[in-house]
Amino acid sequence: MSAQDLSLPLQQQIIDAVNNQRPLRIIGGNSKDFYGGACTAEDTLLTSAHCGVIDYQPSELVITARSGTSLAAINQLLAEQRQMLAFEPPHFGPGATLGGTIACGLSGPRRAFAGSARDFVLGCKIINGNGEILSFGGQVMKNVAGFDVSRLMTGALGTLGLLLEISLRVLPMPETELTLAYPLSTDSALQQMLTLAQKPWPLSAMAYDGQYLRIRLSGAETAVLAAARQLGGDIDGEGDQFWLQLREQQLGYFQHSGDLWRLSLAPAARLPALDPHCLIDWGGALRWLKTDTAAASIHDSIGACGGHALCFKGTGPNRSLRLAPALQAIQQQLRLAFDPQRIFNPGRLPF
Amino acid sequence: MSFTPHFIRQCQALVGMDNVIADPARLRVYECDALSAYRQLPELVVLPETTEQVQAILQLCAAQQVPVVARGAGTGLAGGAMPVSGGIVLGLSKMQQILALDPLNRTATLQPGVRNLAISEAARAYGLYYAPDPSSQIACSIGGNIAENAGGVHCLKYGLTVHNVLQIKLVTMDGTLLTLGGSGLDSPGYDLLALAIGSEGLLGVVVEISVRLLPLQPVTQVLLAAFSSIEQAGAAVAAIIADGLLPAGLELMDNAAIRATEAFVNAGYPLEAAAIVLCELDGLAEQVSADMQRLQALLQAHQASEIRIASDASQRQRFWAGRKSAFPAVGRIASDYYCMDGTIPRKHLASVLQQISAMADRFQLQVVNVFHAGDGNLHPLILYDGSQAGDFAKAEALGAEILELCVAVGGTITGEHGVGIEKLGQMCVQFQAAELQQFLRLKRAFDPQGLLNPGKAIPTPHRCAELGRMHVHHGQLPHPQLERF
Repeated sequence: MSAQDLSLPLQQQIIDAVNNQRPLRIIGGNSKDFYGGACTAEDTLLTSAHCGVIDYQPSELVITARSGTSLAAINQLLAEQRQMLAFEPPHFGPGATLGGTIACGLSGPRRAFAGSARDFVLGCKIINGNGEILSFGGQVMKNVAGFDVSRLMTGALGTLGLLLEISLRVLPMPETELTLAYPLSTDSALQQMLTLAQKPWPLSAMAYDGQYLRIRLSGAETAVLAAARQLGGDIDGEGDQFWLQLREQQLGYFQHSGDLWRLSLAPAARLPALDPHCLIDWGGALRWLKTDTAAASIHDSIGACGGHALCFKGTGPNRSLRLAPALQAIQQQLRLAFDPQRIFNPGRLPF
Repeated sequence: MSFTPHFIRQCQALVGMDNVIADPARLRVYECDALSAYRQLPELVVLPETTEQVQAILQLCAAQQVPVVARGAGTGLAGGAMPVSGGIVLGLSKMQQILALDPLNRTATLQPGVRNLAISEAARAYGLYYAPDPSSQIACSIGGNIAENAGGVHCLKYGLTVHNVLQIKLVTMDGTLLTLGGSGLDSPGYDLLALAIGSEGLLGVVVEISVRLLPLQPVTQVLLAAFSSIEQAGAAVAAIIADGLLPAGLELMDNAAIRATEAFVNAGYPLEAAAIVLCELDGLAEQVSADMQRLQALLQAHQASEIRIASDASQRQRFWAGRKSAFPAVGRIASDYYCMDGTIPRKHLASVLQQISAMADRFQLQVVNVFHAGDGNLHPLILYDGSQAGDFAKAEALGAEILELCVAVGGTITGEHGVGIEKLGQMCVQFQAAELQQFLRLKRAFDPQGLLNPGKAIPTPHRCAELGRMHVHHGQLPHPQLERF
């Protein structure tokens, strides 16, 4: 797709949709349509032709691109300069775009150690539900002028506005990465993750697949090798492949039947009934659960330890979130502050 | 407007007699934060001790349409905690308990009045620390850090406050208690946690905070490099980042700053250098050693005239002492200075510094540069003489030009000090009217009556013409004991 700026035609489409009260379903690469509630809009707004990198200078550690730019193209451009999106975003399909990546706000295995999608968002240009083109944040690391709307847009599933351009902080690729594997029980693996995280090891991922605890070390070659020597364990030559398959949910675990739940909770939290059935990422702070258990009971057990459960991929009607009523009310008001007629992606979020 | 005795009695009934201040002499303490050029004597200060008391006071104020300004330790540099006419100041200083320290989950749960440094002090026993380290960390409180999204020297590598907080409890103006975030790393729905951090007290009052703690690094080294031109130093900084190094701190001082600090603390800086770069590396010994080799090669390739590596902890502290005392040191060589806080893309460092110098010549004022070069956060100090008629107006005009230059090259008017009352005018340069209106609608989603910290951070079109500045007279800062950098 050749680079082009379609901001004005997109703006016109939104103004028309507002005037005609015809809500829009925003589609980038259509790789994450499964995520969030089902969108009820009949008309579509396509972003993939609004693409191209606007600015990328490696010494700034910042890239700015249009929302329809392919995530794969961005990764390749960065890799040529030995840089990367450090939140290791999942693609979930060849068409994944930058806009969809930020609208979904998902992050991969490196997240617990390097930061999340929203942590790396520096600025954005959007069209709000009044059809206005607005810019927030910028291209610099430190910026406290005005409310942090750029981070608010991250993970909002397009319901607060159409992302036109996004500026992201990027990081240098580690000189060396090495994966170590340990055959452990669930309990021992969780315990070992907590122990490792309390020391300044050069960790960049820790996951447990029911058989092996795998840890990824990143940094200067001498430092990674020194840490590996002290930690022991077997080097997993297929480590890179494992982390990729974990990120893209291609491991065997994800092929099991049942709904896929995403449990975000304290790494030391124990779920005796659920843990043995979970795939554990982010050093314990993220657990994936394939199950047919009723939604209410999952919400109850995760809520009891201060965490949040979300049905990530499911066949049933349980794709909604559970939010405290007061939180639900304020998010509703926030939605209306940006999109008073609910033109964008109605149904994706319950407000 | 004065509060009725009945309203004061209602406040006293909610928080206790001792926690309501109406005596003008005692109110004086609260008339400004560290931006002392702007003052407003409050009529009433309320000091709640519990979350329930915060909720009750906000409910009372909402019912009677009384504006509320939340205040932490009062160390803010932009007037964000300055009282507003007809409103109360809600001081959070009595809520200063560390509620929990959880080494397994590497978190600390805090009341808003806990001092920033106290968190790391408490965590040290477990080999952990709290990374954001604003220069006022000995005094500033975590609640204020949340309000301002505080940074510090080490945020280049470890992030700002927003990157290091897991959960906050926020009371909105109607007294509702919201829990934003969670015990894990994220939560569903809109990211209200990120939105609340840096919202300068406009959306709610933070009553509880859970922060992420990091393991202490085993090895730290500091390097000092001297340059014969500030352009070379700026280029070296850009090259360090471009090469893939991620220092824990990367700071730059120009010759005027070097001379002022050397005369003040004898840090051992080379007086003849046009600029010095201070760079801190941390991590495993092998990592620091590998990074140090790369760093030295880069600095040599960029014509550093001298490179020194601190040989031990005491020399490391001496290298940093100069940097950390730069502001008071400048206060000794000029009767007054005025501190700016713009951030620019690093690639423009050299040219912006050149342009600032040319602007200063045009205004016949001196500017001293000492700043967080690694993340492009400038702190130009404009020297002037407040006793000369018109000198401060000149400094203000130069400052405005500098911030507008920051915006023009793709940067921002404030990197870490916040907008507060000080930079309302520059907000109108940074943002279009439609963007400011969007901010105001966002604010109304939380606070429909506009009672929380009104008149701060987001200008209405009407206020767009107003300007404000941090004014330092004869080096006398509020909280003079604090480091400022």
